[in-house]
Amino acid sequence: MIDMHVTLPGGLHPLTLNNPVMTASGTFGYGVEFTPYGDLTKLGGIVVKGLSLAPRRGNPMPRVAETPCGMLNAVGLQNDGVDYFVRTTLPKLPWREVPIVANLYACDPGEFGELAAVLAAEEGVAALEVNISCPNVKEGGVIFGQDPRQAAKVTEAVKMRAGSKPVIVKLSPNVTDIAHMARAVEDAGADVLSCINTLTGMGVDINTRKPLLANVVGGLSGPAIKPVALRCVWQVAKAVSIPVIGIGGITSAEDVLEFLLVGAHAVQVGTANFIRPDFVFRLVDELAALCERMGIEQWDDFRGTLKV
Amino acid sequence: MNTPACTDLTVLDLVPFGQTGGEARFFALRLERPQWADWKPGQFVMLRPAGWALDMLWARPFSICRISTRDLVIFFQVVGRGTARLAQLRTGDVVHVWGPLGNAFAMEPDTPTLMLAGGIGIAPFIGYAHTHPKPWNLWMDFGHRMPLGCYPFESINEKIMADSHHEEGPEDLSRFIETIGRRMREFRDQNGLVLACGPTPFLRTVRSFALEYGVRTQLSLETRMACGVGACLGCVCRTTEQWPDPAKAGGNVQTCTQGPVFWAEQVTFDDETAAPPTAADVPVQACER
Repeated sequence: MIDMHVTLPGGLHPLTLNNPVMTASGTFGYGVEFTPYGDLTKLGGIVVKGLSLAPRRGNPMPRVAETPCGMLNAVGLQNDGVDYFVRTTLPKLPWREVPIVANLYACDPGEFGELAAVLAAEEGVAALEVNISCPNVKEGGVIFGQDPRQAAKVTEAVKMRAGSKPVIVKLSPNVTDIAHMARAVEDAGADVLSCINTLTGMGVDINTRKPLLANVVGGLSGPAIKPVALRCVWQVAKAVSIPVIGIGGITSAEDVLEFLLVGAHAVQVGTANFIRPDFVFRLVDELAALCERMGIEQWDDFRGTLKV
Repeated sequence: MNTPACTDLTVLDLVPFGQTGGEARFFALRLERPQWADWKPGQFVMLRPAGWALDMLWARPFSICRISTRDLVIFFQVVGRGTARLAQLRTGDVVHVWGPLGNAFAMEPDTPTLMLAGGIGIAPFIGYAHTHPKPWNLWMDFGHRMPLGCYPFESINEKIMADSHHEEGPEDLSRFIETIGRRMREFRDQNGLVLACGPTPFLRTVRSFALEYGVRTQLSLETRMACGVGACLGCVCRTTEQWPDPAKAGGNVQTCTQGPVFWAEQVTFDDETAAPPTAADVPVQACER
């Protein structure tokens, strides 16, 4: 039987996950919301909702819309702020048993650094995931994620203040050449890459002639984007030597293996958490069963073995 | 408050309600009884049939109408893609259900309590009327556009005193609004409690009367929801300075976990930055929060 643990190599302190199935930022709250539906310690890791230095109220409503095989969102990083998270939420999480990854967002490299310093001081935080690619905030986000120099600056700023915590940089698919972006943040010191964030999209209503989201444009997620995500992970994994976490439209154990096959060390499950709240817990069991059926005994034997 | 759970429940039956010809649009969905320790009127569930493919990812939120020793009953109106597909459920189908979710209406057995329901917003009051220990302290005013037989009004009216108001034209609407205002003043004079559930324009009216007349009023909000557990932040509403947690006053809170029932003075519908509701909101019915 397969040992489900995964170690993401590199950095001073490699990040070891219970299994390759993590939750994606913004789709799993701070983890505590899901405790009635499953054992958090079963998960590979938990990436919490994006944190900023000061609390953010987020975008006006409506913020979400269901689309074929997916959804649009423009939540705008509503969050309680990093201090509230560290003081109130983190102590409630079983961080000794499951790695907690803090997702962080800021408006400039200096602020990113400040945030990283606050989180780096927390024993309960296993790693930092830098959101350089949120499409739903006006002050930056995707701007950092679309300009390799800006992305590198943010990565350096976080890396400098992150101490021994591994730094994951989350890439945007809304670029011409994602491999180019990946190399830029690798060179700037990123320990791990995660991709992809949502694809920018929009929906409209022909009766009211209004957009479905108050923000007009938002991020598309769900199974609709899985082929794009696979392509991105494949290109990025080939371009860099640091580990990659695959994200985008995963709804089954087979989907998890698809991402590992194209080179991912681990995955994050996002929109599927809305299909039912115990989804990701069941997925971990299904993945173990699928590996058993397929005779996969070590992740290293399977990862990146796509025959092209 | 009770701990929610996610379970698979079998459909006992799906009964069309009150239609005479044409395509049925109102249904009572009976599911096998979940093994919950407890629930309270005003709480809701998320429903997603196990047979749904990935083209519609979200579950749909519904007020709990009633839970008996044998079944869990949901009442819904077909208003969009999700409810249209729910209307195709058959006996024996399996539905993923998580709940009971959210808070509940205040229940003060000795307080004269006015229930104001608009359309499908009648659903949570069925459970409320049936579990209230002193139903003679309850009164309901029910406003509706479709014929009365489309709604489970009879099952309330056999339990408590209630008036129905059929809205067929603009003059009916203004008469209904007048009635609401008059009734809310009466209940204020008796130190009563007002509970309201219905479409947002209706709740907006109730809220403004509540503030004007100073009567204790709770509103059960309707909104689109993706997760129902507080994670997606797609169902938030705007709080006022009266919100008990100063850190969240004037901010956004999740309707699913902080509500769906709110004290009228603690939330506002006047989000200056919000876009006006679109027709895409309309398919999300009162019960389909």
